[in-house]
Amino acid sequence: MKVAHKVVLHFPPAVVEQPVIYILSRDYNLAFNILKATISQQEEGIIVLELSGEDKDFKRASKYLKKQGIRLQPLLQDIRKNEDKCVHCGLCIAVCPTDALLAERPSMKVNFNADHCVVCGECVPTCPVRAMELHF
Amino acid sequence: MAKTLEEINQKIKSGKVVVVTAEEMVDIVAEKGAKRAAREIDVVTTGTFGAMCSSGLMMNLGHSRPRIKLGGGQVRLNRVPAYAGLAAADIYLGATALPDEDPRNALFPGEFSYGGGHVIQDLVSGKRVLLEASAYGTNCYPRQDLSTWITLKEINEAYLFNPRNGYQNYNVAVNRSPSTLYTYMGTLQPKIGCANYSSAGQLSPLLNDPHYRTIGIGTRVFLGGGIGYVVWQGTQHSPAAKRSKHGVPLFGAGTLAVIGDLKQMFPKWLRGASFRGYGTTLMLGFGIPIPMLNEDIAATTGLSDKDLKAPVVDYSEAYPQRRPDFIRHVTYAQLKSGHITVEGKKVPTTPLSSYSLAREVAETLKQWIKKKKFQLTSPTAPIPGADSGMAMGPMPYHPPVEKRRARRKPRKTARKRS
Repeated sequence: MKVAHKVVLHFPPAVVEQPVIYILSRDYNLAFNILKATISQQEEGIIVLELSGEDKDFKRASKYLKKQGIRLQPLLQDIRKNEDKCVHCGLCIAVCPTDALLAERPSMKVNFNADHCVVCGECVPTCPVRAMELHF
Repeated sequence: MAKTLEEINQKIKSGKVVVVTAEEMVDIVAEKGAKRAAREIDVVTTGTFGAMCSSGLMMNLGHSRPRIKLGGGQVRLNRVPAYAGLAAADIYLGATALPDEDPRNALFPGEFSYGGGHVIQDLVSGKRVLLEASAYGTNCYPRQDLSTWITLKEINEAYLFNPRNGYQNYNVAVNRSPSTLYTYMGTLQPKIGCANYSSAGQLSPLLNDPHYRTIGIGTRVFLGGGIGYVVWQGTQHSPAAKRSKHGVPLFGAGTLAVIGDLKQMFPKWLRGASFRGYGTTLMLGFGIPIPMLNEDIAATTGLSDKDLKAPVVDYSEAYPQRRPDFIRHVTYAQLKSGHITVEGKKVPTTPLSSYSLAREVAETLKQWIKKKKFQLTSPTAPIPGADSGMAMGPMPYHPPVEKRRARRKPRKTARKRS
């Protein structure tokens, strides 16, 4: 069965210099599309990417990543819209590069479509009432 | 036939009043015409929900034992400084005030996570707030330091006094420069990458009564989920701004100063807000009911987003340099469609006031009137209209004499050389 997952990989400093993505592709036949990659001052690496391939390969790859000490999180958990806080002003729409945040018409309510989100994080400091939350 | 306000209030009392929102009125006037609409409809409710920086909270905190004279001293609420240049126990907290410790834009763009607007939200939510004060001490007010928790419930008075709310029309902000701008109109993408607008358009209070025929000093309003009053024209009130053929301003024009008791307001309608790279403010729900006294008033409440226009202004040059030029006018219908065309480019539009909450304000006001909870008022005095010639002027610039001399010097030297 073919699967496609958007995931966040957290690399501890020791693993940052290893060609992990290359290994995922070569040994586990997974296609990858990197959406975002950063290395923090503490040298922890974070890569947001989409992995697609056979389900059994994805599961094998997950085991491999765990063995390397790399934490794997599904992307959906990372950016959330706090509906209690959101006032549906729309300021986030201007900074969202992938149209994950859009105003529905005619209600003019802001809708967050997590499938389109690439976790760039721009909406988080832009939201005036801090309704967009980054969860790692 | 014209109606009087007393007749409308009688209808409210008897439960026979016909109330619609300004959004619903658009279709009614389009279908029935203004004359019939004026006859059939009694009240049209308006609403807006957005950032209103000229908002603040007037408080009387009561007297401590021993007494402290806050007036002339320093007062902080959750580290946010409040104005204390009043009597001993009176203070005023502005929505944009920031703690001294806030790094502001030192690391650009600053986050501005907590300020005056947030303190107001915390108070109205029933949260306790830390009051810290220092004063110089007098014979009658000997205490010099104070630190205590306060809540909205326990303090004597807390009323919003907002010197400028409900702007009648406003700019659409774009950014012609090659870099991102962080403004009070939100984050503006470079090379006209987005167009941010703030007015609620056809639902906005003063766009529905463009000549201030029913809105004036003493008008009872919806403010922060409670009842408030218009107390004066707002600061920067500019009724002489250029108007469309419908008589509606084509630029920012009229404004209102309003007042209302915070103790009867709700946190849903008062949100502390942080504008990246700009500062803190208060997002506020505000609405005014308009009595359908005659056909002319019905006609203006029936104007739709297609009839209302806003100027597109460049916030990389024209706005910061206070130049009057603007790029073009667009209608609110175009803005709300999601795209406008600016300099030949299709640009996505972003609202920065909440139209869905503006709608809810107008709807709430409608329900209050239907349920006999809200009576309309006649202004005790009008606010200046278009014929007053009143317009916002620039800041007078008369630098001190020493500075003027210092500036002249290099010019003289330059002349000698030539």
